Amino acid sequence: MSDTATDAGLRSWLGRRVDTWKSIEAQLEAFSRGRKQSVDDVNSLVDGYRTLARDLSIARRVLPGSRATRFLESCYRRAHGLIARPAYSLVADLLRLFVVDVPATTRQLAPYLAAVASLFVLSGAAGAWLVSTYPELVTLFASESMIATVESGKLWTDSLFNVVPSSIASGGIIANNISVTLFAYCVGVIFGLGTFYIVATNGLMIGGIFAFTHQHELSFRLFEFVVAHGPVELTTICFAGAAGMLLGESLIRPRGATRAESFSAAVSRTSRYIIFCAVLLLGAGIIEGFVSLDPSYPFASRAVIGGASLFIAVAAATGILYRSRAQAAGRQTRRRARIRS
Amino acid sequence: MDTLAGLDDARLRVDSVTGVPLELSVAGPGGRSFAFIIDFHIRVLAALTWYFGGMLLVPLVFDGSTYGPAIMLWALQVPAALIYLLYHPVLEIVMAGRTPGKRIAGVRIVTTDGSVPGAGSILLRNVFRYVDGLPALYVVGLVTSVVSARNQRIGDIAARTLLIYDEASKGDDVGDVSSAGAARGISTAQAELVQDLVDRWPTLDVDDRLDLARRLLARLDPDRGGAQGAMLNDDNALRALQGYLGGLR
Repeated sequence: MSDTATDAGLRSWLGRRVDTWKSIEAQLEAFSRGRKQSVDDVNSLVDGYRTLARDLSIARRVLPGSRATRFLESCYRRAHGLIARPAYSLVADLLRLFVVDVPATTRQLAPYLAAVASLFVLSGAAGAWLVSTYPELVTLFASESMIATVESGKLWTDSLFNVVPSSIASGGIIANNISVTLFAYCVGVIFGLGTFYIVATNGLMIGGIFAFTHQHELSFRLFEFVVAHGPVELTTICFAGAAGMLLGESLIRPRGATRAESFSAAVSRTSRYIIFCAVLLLGAGIIEGFVSLDPSYPFASRAVIGGASLFIAVAAATGILYRSRAQAAGRQTRRRARIRS
Repeated sequence: MDTLAGLDDARLRVDSVTGVPLELSVAGPGGRSFAFIIDFHIRVLAALTWYFGGMLLVPLVFDGSTYGPAIMLWALQVPAALIYLLYHPVLEIVMAGRTPGKRIAGVRIVTTDGSVPGAGSILLRNVFRYVDGLPALYVVGLVTSVVSARNQRIGDIAARTLLIYDEASKGDDVGDVSSAGAARGISTAQAELVQDLVDRWPTLDVDDRLDLARRLLARLDPDRGGAQGAMLNDDNALRALQGYLGGLR
């Protein structure tokens, strides 16, 4: 680079700017610590950001690779990170998630939900047929101790109530279910195959175990055990499976410039849905720990709890639960649009 | 001259509202693995410390008749598991995209537009550890970070985040090198060379630093480069270098 008089002048000018940069650096430190800042402080930071941008553009030209440029790059990056960060409101975000995003995603996932539910039912039927026709195949779906317990005329769930307190059982169930659901969603990245296998395996297992208990005249008791929590739990697995299938679809038939972009877009559409699934599983886990395991609840109560929880889950997923609120929000949006136009 | 020309693949340019693009140095699999290994050891150590420390303390707090499996589960096993599992998401949220391991390795998570990632993005990139961790030892994540254009693992692609080198430099390092150099008739680049050598002086071998100082002083002032330069000893050479910085250091 030719060392012109202008460049030399600019270098000298930059040399006199160090104190300004240091004061902006101090501001960045204060903001990074997350303390509440006044509007004046925020405006001052925005001014500092512009100052850094101007000085950096000069420094990149007249002092490339210098300490001053590296320092400016560092400050500019930090200022950009703080200023470009989107506004955040937990309550508003949660409200938007449940009232707007979840129903919209459910509508988008409708064909995938139908496919996953069909896969689940078909694999369940296949599992039941396999174990009914070839009883020895139950070893694929159940452990030896489980088989021995059923063969002795008991369910493996019978002993759990007295051994494990409901709170602990519930905590363990919730953790396990959320873990399985997240896994079913994430492995959709394997072109949907991971999700396909997990849903199919779960269907096979449930069908196979029901057939096995039926052979020992325990299927109604198993149904009685699962009827309270099962509807929500299985529906949630279908929700997560559908979201996982969408991830796979985004890779098989990308809608962006690249598969990575298409995948990112699919994740951003479905990730919030998984939070909703986790909330449903929280409810299902509490029901399983406190109701399903407790033999004092009669079948009718369990069936009512199962039916009501399924209705709430479906109503929340489709937006029926918040319809009046969503309609009000829609009216407000349309009114704003009219005023703007 | 466009100083931004010739950016290599490891540098990413992000547009900003000021019109001056942001330059990010994308961390490769090496920096990523280094940070992860440090974090892995910290979280394992923290979880084990809680667990075994608790095993010693619980019998002192509760007598044998009052504590059972529930106390052991909720006071020891669950917190230890939470320390291990929530280490990354919680610290990355609290430390704005960093963890102790990332800080040591000099890397940080940012979004693809260069901003600090929100809690949602961080949780999402951590959920995808399920896939990145397959089949074991983060093989999928490592391979993906090697082959992807921006060295992203699947979790990063999903959450639209990047791991970048956090080239933080302090204002004190900048000093008044450029103005000090100008005052003594040398260019900023030369002043920075002098500053670098003075900064590294205590860490260099005596013969090496004296040799470097003589050669640098000879370039700065050719008149002193001959016989006078050869006569400089270690202390004189350092003082001569500091003289160019106007006693800044």
